Amino acid sequence: MDLSSINPVLLIASVMVSATPILLAAIGELVVEKSGVLNLGVEGMMITGAVVGFAVAVSNTSPGMGFVGAALAGALLSLPFALLTQYLMSNQVATGLGLMMVGLGLSSLIGKPFEGMKAPPFPKVEIPLLSDLPIFGKMLFSHDIMVYFSVALVVAVWAFLKYTRAGLILRAVGEAHDSAHALGYKVRHIRILAILFGGACAGLGGAYLSLVRVPQWTEGMTAGAGWIALAIVVFASWRPGRVAVGAYLFGGVSVLQLNLQAAGADVPVALLSASPYLITILVLVIISARGAHAAPASLGRPFHASR
Amino acid sequence: MNDVLLGLEGLTKAYPGVVANDDVSFDIREGEIHALLGENGAGKSTLVKMIYGLVKPDSGTMTLRGAAFEPAEPRAARAAGVAMVFQHFSLFDALSVAENVALGMENPPKPRDLARQIREVSETYGLPLDPGRTVGTLSAGERQRVEIIRCLLQDPKLLIMDEPTSVLTPQEVEILFETLRKLASEGTAILYISHKLEEIRSLCDHATILRLGKKVATCTPAEASARELAEMMVGASFETPQKAARQLGEVMLDVRGLSLPAPGAFGTPLREISFQVRAGEILGLGGVAGNGQDELLAALSGERLSGADVIRLRDRPIGNMGPTERRALGVLSGPEERLGHAAAPDMSLIENAVLTGAGRMGLLSGGFINWPKSKGFAEDVIRTFDVRTPGSGTAARALSGGNLQKFVIGREVLQSPEVLIVNQPTWGVDAAAAAAIRQALLNLAANGAALVVISQDLDELMEVSDRFGALNEGRLSDLRPVDGLTVEEIGLMMGGAHDMEVAHVDA
Repeated sequence: MDLSSINPVLLIASVMVSATPILLAAIGELVVEKSGVLNLGVEGMMITGAVVGFAVAVSNTSPGMGFVGAALAGALLSLPFALLTQYLMSNQVATGLGLMMVGLGLSSLIGKPFEGMKAPPFPKVEIPLLSDLPIFGKMLFSHDIMVYFSVALVVAVWAFLKYTRAGLILRAVGEAHDSAHALGYKVRHIRILAILFGGACAGLGGAYLSLVRVPQWTEGMTAGAGWIALAIVVFASWRPGRVAVGAYLFGGVSVLQLNLQAAGADVPVALLSASPYLITILVLVIISARGAHAAPASLGRPFHASR
Repeated sequence: MNDVLLGLEGLTKAYPGVVANDDVSFDIREGEIHALLGENGAGKSTLVKMIYGLVKPDSGTMTLRGAAFEPAEPRAARAAGVAMVFQHFSLFDALSVAENVALGMENPPKPRDLARQIREVSETYGLPLDPGRTVGTLSAGERQRVEIIRCLLQDPKLLIMDEPTSVLTPQEVEILFETLRKLASEGTAILYISHKLEEIRSLCDHATILRLGKKVATCTPAEASARELAEMMVGASFETPQKAARQLGEVMLDVRGLSLPAPGAFGTPLREISFQVRAGEILGLGGVAGNGQDELLAALSGERLSGADVIRLRDRPIGNMGPTERRALGVLSGPEERLGHAAAPDMSLIENAVLTGAGRMGLLSGGFINWPKSKGFAEDVIRTFDVRTPGSGTAARALSGGNLQKFVIGREVLQSPEVLIVNQPTWGVDAAAAAAIRQALLNLAANGAALVVISQDLDELMEVSDRFGALNEGRLSDLRPVDGLTVEEIGLMMGGAHDMEVAHVDA
């Protein structure tokens, strides 16, 4: 085994790239679940975002428009879920699973003509001064804009939930929807907005996969990333900071095990491939084992104004 | 002080199949405490929801200080000066006191100012409260204080209180009443909804009585007797339960040093509970909700197991037996929560009858359910306890609370238990039905059964029980004979007034 072939600077830099799709999807789902809705269709919205983002970017040779298209597509796909669960009182788990399958099927259909194409390059943004720092500059400050955006989004969501009145209302709706309704808050509207936000975030995460990380379209390319995002939200006890820890941990171990495989580590390949899932869940379980489990009390419960 | 604050004129609201309010008119004056009385289903909640903007009336008008008042949503009602303290608290367990208060305000000030205002108002009205505490850790009395302070911070002209005293100790009730009188003397009108007639007689200036959605009368409660008020509510006279002289027999249920850890994060541990109940005796257990009532019922019914010798039936250890085994021996129970605990909501009354009666009523033959016999048993319960239902095949969920309560209690009573443990047997049940249930419990004891009645309704406990004890943080007080017990003594047994101690901050 030759560990010297692993360059720590490039490793960290690729960890950030590898974690970004999951981080985007997970932070969106966190907002959805904080409002009391369990949307299991993250995988479906992600892959739809991946294919639509890719298609728009290739057709316009503009990755930026690709991301916008992906966010819209993700939100649009989550709209039926929102209407079904909020107005027609359908079961959230079953509807979410259905949404996932619709997304997978729809993406194969849309993606057929785009197979084998290459995504237009997405420029890196070298942050002035900071990117000139030795080691850290290359590691942290010379990425594409979506990496910075995902980190900023985590901070924004954290501040929104903790400090703003709208964030307080969102948490209140997820905590006790009957109480929120009695106080005159529009539970359905708030939840629908949260679901749309979650869809848009999942779409962005998917597009990052097809436009930057891979960067091309292949069928089923999300390969369970949506499910990992869902698991990270739960094991992170619904806290934005821990979601970031979970996403970076998963991204980090994924990249590290690939490097180890390439370096010819004396560990069975199957074990290495499974390691990101095992380690991420293990670490987050340990983190969440102490302290309160802040699951929103109304999570997954249908709301009807007359009950 | 005699100007009309809120005038209601011909308010009508119909839901499919039922007219909740039918042409209701009355006036609430400035600075008065006005009671709204009525049985369950009389339309009190609907009326209040119309005033608070949660429900739109089909017809009729409201005026506030002479101007038309048509709140489209609670926000508009709050802006007009109407505030409401809800029966089932409209609080958020995981949020802090200050956050809960902020959610009920239109334009909450900055967090720091809000915390200061909460402290100021809570001191002015003698309702100590720490703005930083998480609401899930508060007692029922403290939670109600959060609701009241949330209302007071908005300077309401009209404060609506929906059954505010059902969760309070007598001392807490007294403090609440002083707060309300103080508010009224400052010019705030209060619309006070309650079942408890004695409270209304001591507190309220006027009372409006609703029956089946219609206004029956507006009267001065201090000039009417509680019985007259009750009969106006029910529309007929009813029998007060009679306590027959009873012979106490051998010790049936013997509990010695029952201790169990708390079942969950918000549960209460049981600590060293010991008592005996004799044949023909009713032991009444009071206490503020959340002090171990549910946990004690679970331990006695067999839902949670303890050491075999801790609980004995006629000197036979049963502490390690599950509910089915205990039922076979004659230890039956009726938990507090009707839907989901005492009855399966989406199953029919027949199926619900089988669920607890299968063994004792012989509803099984060779492991299969004997449906005709089960139907007979369910219909027996329905007939004997006057359960109003379209039929025995109706889902439990479809029954009103009071009717379902009659069914689940009747189902146990007809199985002729040797020991019966019930929690809140008449919770949410109208006066006539409550009297019938209490009479059934008394008859059961007269026939030689031993009963443990857990309740938060002190009047009920005084009416049925021979001895009284109070649960406080999972401990049982000394047991005292009911005869000669005063309300003050009971309050002290229940742990005194939570209001009188300064709210403590959890580390």
